[in-house]
Amino acid sequence: MSVIAFAKNWNGKFKNSSFELVSYTKALANQLNTNMVVLSIGEVAEEELKLLGNYGADKVLTVSDPQLNTLTSRAYADIVAKAAESVGAEVIVLSDNNSGKAIAPRVSVKLKAGLVAAVQELPVSFEPFVVKKRVFSGKAFGHVQIKSDKKVLTIAKNCFGLLEASCVVAIEEFAVDIDTSLFKVKIVEEEEQKDKVILSDADVVVSAGRGMRSPENWAPVEELAEVLGAATACSRPVSDEGWRGHEEHVGQTGKVIAPNLYIAAGISGAIQHVAGISRSKCIVAINTDPEAPIFGVADYGIVGDVMDVLPRLTEAFRNSKS
Amino acid sequence: MKILVCISNVPDTTTKVKFKEGDSLFDDSGVQWIINPWDELALTRAMELKEDAGNSVNEICVIHVGGASADATLRKALAIGADKAVRIDACPADAYHVAGQIAEYLKENPFEIIFSGIESSDYNGSSVGAMIAEFMDYPGISSVTSVNLDDDDIQVNRAIPGGKQVLKTETPFVAVVQKGIAMEPRIPSMRGIMMARKKPLEVKPAAELEVLTESIKFELPQEKGACKMIDSESAEQLVDLLKNEAKVL
Ligand SMILES: Cc1cc2nc3c(=O)[nH]c(=O)nc-3n(C[C@H](O)[C@H](O)[C@H](O)COP(=O)(O)OP(=O)(O)OC[C@H]3O[C@@H](n4cnc5c(N)ncnc54)[C@H](O)[C@@H]3O)c2cc1C
Repeated sequence: MSVIAFAKNWNGKFKNSSFELVSYTKALANQLNTNMVVLSIGEVAEEELKLLGNYGADKVLTVSDPQLNTLTSRAYADIVAKAAESVGAEVIVLSDNNSGKAIAPRVSVKLKAGLVAAVQELPVSFEPFVVKKRVFSGKAFGHVQIKSDKKVLTIAKNCFGLLEASCVVAIEEFAVDIDTSLFKVKIVEEEEQKDKVILSDADVVVSAGRGMRSPENWAPVEELAEVLGAATACSRPVSDEGWRGHEEHVGQTGKVIAPNLYIAAGISGAIQHVAGISRSKCIVAINTDPEAPIFGVADYGIVGDVMDVLPRLTEAFRNSKS
Repeated sequence: MKILVCISNVPDTTTKVKFKEGDSLFDDSGVQWIINPWDELALTRAMELKEDAGNSVNEICVIHVGGASADATLRKALAIGADKAVRIDACPADAYHVAGQIAEYLKENPFEIIFSGIESSDYNGSSVGAMIAEFMDYPGISSVTSVNLDDDDIQVNRAIPGGKQVLKTETPFVAVVQKGIAMEPRIPSMRGIMMARKKPLEVKPAAELEVLTESIKFELPQEKGACKMIDSESAEQLVDLLKNEAKVL
C-alpha cells in the first residue's frame, strides 16, 4: 500500500499549492504508516522536482514527455490512474484547482475509487475512512465516508499549510504509453496576463463592490493592491455591470478563494458573496454603513468612505514598508 | 444537433442551512428549491444556441437524477425553454452515482453536447460533468466560459489562471461551465409556463450502480469572534494589527 499525490506544474514550475499538496500527502502517509510517491506530468527540470523534497517527498515519478506539457485531462487522468496502480496506491491526492477538478473525477471512474472534493483537513478517521469537506458553499462542513478500497481526494487551497522537511528525492521516469487518441481537444489560442497577480493564487486580495459607485473610481483599489502585491477582486454586480472582468468575481457563483488577507471595500457582505471568501484567514471590511453584514464576518472593520480610507491605507502600508 | 443540460436541484442561495437527526441529514423544511445557478446559465446558453439559425441545434433536453420533489424544478427548466425533461428516479447518492445514471441514459440516447455546471451549490462536488465524460469516453472541457457554434463547428473558451484559452473539439463532448457562459439566466415567460405543462417529463427507472461514498454527518462552521473596529483616521493601527496581531502580512 502507499499514497500518491499528483503535483501539477505551470510552465515547468511548481506553486505553493503544489508544496501544500505534498505536505498534506506526506502527513497522510505518516498517519497510514506508509510511503508517499509524487507524480509529475510534463517536462520539469530536475532542480524543480528536487524542491518537492523540502516538503517530504522522497520519491518522484515523472512522465517528462513534451506532448504532455499542456494539460489534457483525459491523458493526465489515464497516467495518474496507471501510476496509482503501479505503486499500489490506496489514496490518490490532488489539489482542488482547475486541473484537479478536471482530472480527479476521471481517475475516480477509472479506478472505481470514491472521490471527495475540497477536503479541509487530514481524515477524521481511517476505519472507516472519513474526510471533512466544505458543503453548501461554505455554510457548513460534511463528514463523508469513502467506502471503496481506493480513494481519491482533492484538497482545498490553504487548508493545511506547508510542512517543511529535508528529503533527498529519488527521481524516476515512469514509463507509460501515451494514448494520443485522447488528445481530442485542440488549443487554437491562448492569452495569459503575465504581469498580474493571479486571484486564485494570491495571499492578499483587495476586493471592491458597488460602494465604489463607478468603474472610474478603481484607482485607489489598484494602488492598494499594488503596494500589497495583492490580486484584485470584486463582487458580482460589479462584474455583471462590466465594471470589472468576470475573472475577478468572487462568491458563490464566482471564484471561491482562501487568501491570508481579504480586504472588502464597499461590499455589503451578502450571503452569496461571503460563501466565496469565508475561508480567508483574515477579513478587513471598509463600509460607510456600520450595520453592513460584512462586519459580521470581518476580523477588522473601518466605518468610512472607501474614497478616503483606501488611499490612507495605501499610504500606511507604503510607509510601513520603507 | 442535440444538447443535454444536467440539472441539479439545490436550496435557494439565501437558505440558512440546518440539519436534523443528530446532524446526519440536511433539514429541508421550509427550503425553496432552485435550478443550480450554473445549470440555469448553461440552459440559457443552450437556448441561445438553438435560437441562432447559424447551426443545427434542434433539441434541448434537461436531465436530473432524483426523486419526484424535483419535478417543479424540471418544469421550470421546461418553462425557460427546454424541449424535454428526463428524471432518473434514484436517490442521488454521490457524484459517481449521479454521473453513472446519466451515462446509462446517454448510451441509449446520444447527444452531441452535454452541459454540466462547475459545481452544485449543495454538496460542492464539482465532479459530475468530468465523470460523465469518463464513463462515456468523451472529451471534456472544464472551466468553460463560452461555447460558440459556427455552422456546427464548435469553439469553446476556457478560463485558465490569469487568462483564457480558445479550444476546438469534436462531438460528442462534455462542457463543464462556469460564470460567463451566459450573461443572465432566463426567466420563464407566462407563455413558457403554459407550454411547459404540455412538454414531456419522462421518468426513467434507475440503473443498478454502486455508491462509493456516504455522507455521515454535518457541522456548522465556528462562529467568528467580534469584528474589531478601527477609526477611519487610524490606518497605521490597522497595518500594525495585521502585522502583529493577525500576522497575515
Ligand atoms: C443566485 C445568486 C448568486 C449570487 N452570487 C454572488 C456571488 O458569487 N458573489 C457576489 O458578490 N454576489 C453574489 N450574489 C449577489 C449578492 O446577493 C449581492 O447582491 C452582492 O454581493 C452585492 O454586491 P455589493 O456588496 O458590491 O453591492 P451592495 O449590496 O449594493 O453593497 C454596496 C455596499 O457598499 C457600501 N457603500 C456605499 N458607498 C460606499 C462608500 N462610499 N464607501 C464605503 N462603502 C460604501 C454600502 O453601505 C453597501 O454595504 C448572488 C445573488 C444570487 C441571487
